[in-house]
Amino acid sequence: MAKSHKPVVWFPFAAGGTVIAFCIPVIVLLTFLAALGNVPAGLSYEKMHAFAGNGLGKLIIFGVVALSLWSSAHRLRCTCYDFGIRADTLVATVLYIAAIVLSIAAAMFLLRI
Amino acid sequence: MSRNPLIREVPPTSWYFRHPLYLRYMSREITSIFIGAYCVLLVVGLQRLAAGPAAWEGFVTALQSPASIVFQFLCLVAAFYHAATWFNATQKAMPLQIGEDFVPGNVISGAHYAAWAVLSVVVLFFTGVF
Repeated sequence: MAKSHKPVVWFPFAAGGTVIAFCIPVIVLLTFLAALGNVPAGLSYEKMHAFAGNGLGKLIIFGVVALSLWSSAHRLRCTCYDFGIRADTLVATVLYIAAIVLSIAAAMFLLRI
Repeated sequence: MSRNPLIREVPPTSWYFRHPLYLRYMSREITSIFIGAYCVLLVVGLQRLAAGPAAWEGFVTALQSPASIVFQFLCLVAAFYHAATWFNATQKAMPLQIGEDFVPGNVISGAHYAAWAVLSVVVLFFTGVF
């Protein structure tokens, strides 16, 4: 039976799409409030540091960020193709590497907190 | 005997102007640009958080620049549009059968919207928005 590497790409993509739909709007709402000058109490350094300092908090943040990055990379790849950029292998390589590098960076920053 | 295969010429950069449905599809595609950029911002925020209180305060202050407000607003619209279209699609993507009958599509999408609202309210509550 022919083996496909697609499930490896598709599982985090689908999970990321779900995470983006459920979590990203409220996170953007929080930073939008902060941008308008009404910084939510939960975005203070103490609160954020306490949340990211806790193991479960680290896991939640990493899960949301890494899955959203992967899903966005995959969607951007499709978007590039749909807008007529047909160098798919190059686009896919650049975007997936960017998503992996940024996910590793996120993990490293989290471990430093 | 020769048969002419159907070859449709599809302009690769302007095909989506041919039908309103394609434009709707592309409008959802474009949200990925903002979501992707916002994810990069989240990683930058984590770096600032790890760098200490002064760096974090600087990050929050930088969020309040006019360019950032515009960016945040566009991301907000993109995020809500992405979420709404995602939840609307769930009834097609995962139809649910109980016994002989399929659960109505509106119930599946509605359950997602309800869960989304509850999760968002919980996050807003714990971050002290209300």
